[in-house]
Amino acid sequence: MQKLVEIASGVGNGSLSASAVVEQHLARIDVRESEIHAFNLVTADQARLDAAKVDADVKSGKKVGALAGVPIAVKDNMCTRGVETTCSSKILQGWKPPYDATVVTKLRAAGAIIIGKTNLDEFAMGSSTENSAFGPTKNPHDISRVPGGSSGGSAAAVAAGFAAASLGSDTGGSIRQPAALCGVVGVKPTYGVVSRYGLVAFASSLDQIGPFTCDVRDAATLLEVISGHDPLDSTSIPQPAPSLVSVLEHGVAGMRIGRVTDLPEGCEADVLERLESAFDALRSAGATIVDIKLPSIQYCLTAYYLIAPAEASSNLARYDGVRYGNRVDAADLNSMYAATREAGFGEEVKRRIMLGTYALSAGYYDAYYGKALKVRRLISDDFARAYQSVDTILTPTSPSVAFKFGSKTDNPLAMYLCDVFTIPTNLAGHPAMSVPFGTGAHSMPVGVQVLAPTLGEQAMFKVAAELERAS
Amino acid sequence: MSDVAALPNGWQLIVGLEVHVELATKTKMFSASANRFGDEPNTNIDPVTLGLPGALPVLNQHAIELAMRIGLALNCKVQPCTFHRKNYFYPDLPKAYQITQYDNPLNVDGHLMLPGEVRIGIERAHLEEDTGKSTHFGGSSGRIHGSDYSLIDFNRAGVPLVEIVSRPDIRTSEQARQYVAELRSILLAVGASDAKMEEGSMRCDVNVSVHKPGTPFGTRCEIKNVNSIRSVGRAIDYESRRQVDLIESGGTIRQETRHWDDSTGRTETLRTKEDADDYRYFLEPDLVPLIPDPEWIESVRAALPILPAARRLALAELCGVDKDGESALVVVERGQDDYVGAVISAGGDPRRSIIYVQQAFAEQGATPKVPAKDLAALTILERDAKVTSTQAKTLLTDLIEAGGGDVLAMAAKRGFETLDTSAVEEMVDAAIAAEPGAWQKYCNGEDKALGALVGAVMKSSKGKADGKVITALLQSKKNS
Repeated sequence: MQKLVEIASGVGNGSLSASAVVEQHLARIDVRESEIHAFNLVTADQARLDAAKVDADVKSGKKVGALAGVPIAVKDNMCTRGVETTCSSKILQGWKPPYDATVVTKLRAAGAIIIGKTNLDEFAMGSSTENSAFGPTKNPHDISRVPGGSSGGSAAAVAAGFAAASLGSDTGGSIRQPAALCGVVGVKPTYGVVSRYGLVAFASSLDQIGPFTCDVRDAATLLEVISGHDPLDSTSIPQPAPSLVSVLEHGVAGMRIGRVTDLPEGCEADVLERLESAFDALRSAGATIVDIKLPSIQYCLTAYYLIAPAEASSNLARYDGVRYGNRVDAADLNSMYAATREAGFGEEVKRRIMLGTYALSAGYYDAYYGKALKVRRLISDDFARAYQSVDTILTPTSPSVAFKFGSKTDNPLAMYLCDVFTIPTNLAGHPAMSVPFGTGAHSMPVGVQVLAPTLGEQAMFKVAAELERAS
Repeated sequence: MSDVAALPNGWQLIVGLEVHVELATKTKMFSASANRFGDEPNTNIDPVTLGLPGALPVLNQHAIELAMRIGLALNCKVQPCTFHRKNYFYPDLPKAYQITQYDNPLNVDGHLMLPGEVRIGIERAHLEEDTGKSTHFGGSSGRIHGSDYSLIDFNRAGVPLVEIVSRPDIRTSEQARQYVAELRSILLAVGASDAKMEEGSMRCDVNVSVHKPGTPFGTRCEIKNVNSIRSVGRAIDYESRRQVDLIESGGTIRQETRHWDDSTGRTETLRTKEDADDYRYFLEPDLVPLIPDPEWIESVRAALPILPAARRLALAELCGVDKDGESALVVVERGQDDYVGAVISAGGDPRRSIIYVQQAFAEQGATPKVPAKDLAALTILERDAKVTSTQAKTLLTDLIEAGGGDVLAMAAKRGFETLDTSAVEEMVDAAIAAEPGAWQKYCNGEDKALGALVGAVMKSSKGKADGKVITALLQSKKNS
C-alpha cells in the first residue's frame, strides 16, 4: 500500500498522477467496500475532479501542498460543505453543512483529495461501530470482527487501502482503539492542538481530531498539516503546529519510559506480552523503563461516563427537529420534540443523553458530575507527578484484540471497558497514540499506546517511531 | 415622592429588578453576523447563530468592553469570570442552551443612587446571549400553546446582552420607575446600549413580594413582559395589591412567574415553580475563562464619561435648582447641560436659563441651534423686567424659529416695551376707581377679586404692563 508521504512527493514532483492514485483507491473500494462498509459516502466524482485539478496545477508549475493528491477519508462527524454529514445518525441523515470544518479546509489547502465520509458509532458513542444507524463497519483483517470505534470506518478505510490516510475524532479512545484493532497508527493530539471547529460535538471538553495512517511518518506529516491555532475555536492552543517529522529519527536513547504498575486488570495475556516486548525494544534502544503509579486511573472510566454523557446531553439537545435534520410531526411542540428524538436517535445515544441529563440535574449534580470533575483533577495530578520522573508512558491501547460482532452489544459496561486505557489521557487533555506492535489472539493486530504530557507530541513520536522500527 | 404604592395595614413592598439590555456592538456575541434591529428576518445569521452542528462560539471583545463599562458605571467590581450553559428546549433557542454567566459573573457588588440618597444595590451585571424571536399565529393567547404555527427570526439570536440584577432594595413603585429611568440614562451615557424599551433592547423582569416590617420577606413573584417605565410602576402597584389582598383573605402566595398584560392592567400566572425548568447549568466547555487584564479595566474606567447623576448635581449647583428636580433631570437626559452652562457663561440668568431650555428645547437635541449668547440676552431682558414673562415666552418662540438673532430687535419688532412703574401706577389707580366693588372685596381679603383688577390694568396697557408689577402695586396700596 502506498504511503502518504510517497504519494505526496510523487504527485508533487510529477512522477505520480493524482488521478491515477485516486483511481487505484477507488478500485480497491469497488472490490471490498461492499463487505467492509467503511464509508457512509464515497465522494468519487468530486475526488476525480479534485485529483484532475491537482494534476493540472503540477503540470502548469503551480506550487502544490504537502498532501498533494493524497486520498484522505474523513469521519462523518466533520462538516464538509455541501456534502452530507450524518454522524451515522438518522436524525442528521440528509443534512448538508453550509461550511467546511477547519481540518477539512486545511486538508483541501494542502492538496489532499477527500475520498469519502467514514462510518462511526452514532455521534461517536461506541467502541465497535455497531451503534451506527447505517450498519457496522467490518474489520478488514477479519470481517467477523469489529474494527473498534467510534472511528471504525476511518481505521478500516486505511487498513483496507481505501485511503492513504483518514481523520477520526477521539473523545475516550475513538481513534486509538480502532487503530489498534485494525493494525494502523492512530493519534489523539493534545487537546487544543487541532481545531474542533466543524467537528460535530460529542463531549466538547474531551473531543479531539487526529490522523489514522499506515505508519508513524505519515501520521506526523498529516498531524503537522491539520494542527495549529484556529481563531474559530476558543479552546485552540494559541501557538503554531509542532514540528514532528524532524524528530522521527532521533531515537530514544536516554529517554525515560513509564510502566504503570497499578494498571486496571482484565487485559488479554497476548496484549500484555506485546507490551512487555515493546518495553524490551525501547530498553534495547537505550531508554530507561521506570515504574510509576497512577492511583486515580481506577476511577477514570466512571468519571468519563458521567462527564462525556453530561456534555453530550447538552450538545445533542439541538437536534430537536426545528431548524435542520429530520423532524417527526406531532400535535404540539413537546410531542414533536419527543417523536423526533425517539425516531432519530439510537439506543446508545438515548442512554447517554439520559445518563448525562441525570448527572447534571438539580440534587444530583454534586454527587455525580461534580465528583467526576474531581476525579478529572486527580488523574491530572497523578500524571503530573508521573511526568516528573518519565518522558512518556507505555500502556496497552485496548485490553483485547478485535472482538466478534454482537459479543458486547447486550452489555454496555463490557463495551465501555474497551476504553479503560485510553480514557485517562482524554480527561487530562494529554496526547497519546496507538502504534501497531505485532499480533495477539486469532492473529489479530495489537496496538501499544504511547502517552505524553501536554504538548509532548515530539517525545511521543520519537518513541512511536522507535517502536515501529522494532516491530 | 409619590406614595401611590403605599399598601394598607402596614404592608411593605419589596422589589428587585432584573434588567436585560442588548449591547450596541456591531456584531454578535459569539460570531461575525451583524447585530442590527429591524433587518429582514433571518438575514443576520451564520452557523454559530443557528447552532449548526460543529459551530463554536468565539467571544466578541467589544461586548466584553461594553459590559465592563456598565459594571464600572454601576460601581461594580470587575472580576475574572466564566461562562455556563443554561439548558432548556425552545424553538427560538438554537443550541437548546443559552451561554450565560452563572456563579462567576463579570461584574459584582455595585450600586446605583436614586433621588433622596436612596441606594439600590446591584448584585451582578453579567454577559449572556439573546434568543431568537418567535411569533405565534392562530390561537387566542399569542403564545405557542394553542397556536396554528410559529415563525422564528434568528436575527436576534446571539445578540450580546447584559443582565443587571438589583438587590431587593426597592420599596415603592416610584423608586422602581426611577431606578429604570436612571439605569437607562447611564446605559445611554456610557454608550453601552440604545436602551429602547419599545424595541426590546431594554427589558425588565420585576420581582415583587410584600411583608410586614420586622418579618422575613414574603414569597416573591416574577413579572415578565413589562415593556415601559410606566408599566413597571403599574405592574408593581397591581401585583403588590394582589398579594396583600390574597394574604388578607387567607390565601398564600405561590412562587411563580406572572405575565403583565398592559391592556388589562393585570398580571396572570405564566408558570409556577413546580413546572419551572431545571436548567442543568454547567461550565461551557467551548469557551475558556475570561480574565480581563487589570490595565484594560483601568483604561475602560478612565474613558467613562461623566455620569448623569454627577452632571445633574453640577448643573443644579450652577443654576440654583434642586438636583433631583424635573429641570435638572430633563436637561441632563437630553444632554443639554453643556448648553445651559454656555448660556450662563454668556451672562444668562442661571435659573431662567435652565427653565427656558427645559420648557422650550425638547426638540433641540444636545446642541441647540440658538446661540447661547442670544438665549442669555433674553433671560437678562426678562430678569431686568424689560419685557414681561409672557412677552419673553413669545420672544423665545421667535428665537427658536429664527435659530437665534438680536433679541432686542425682535422685542422692538413685536412692539414690546415695558411701561415704567409710574405709568402702571396711574393705570392701577384708574382701575381701582373703575372697579370699586372688586377693590372692596380685594381689600376684605377676597383674593379672587385680584384677577378683575389686574385684568383691567392689562387691558388698558394693551398687555405691556408686567403682571407681577401690577400685583405688587395693588398689594402695597391695599396695605397702605
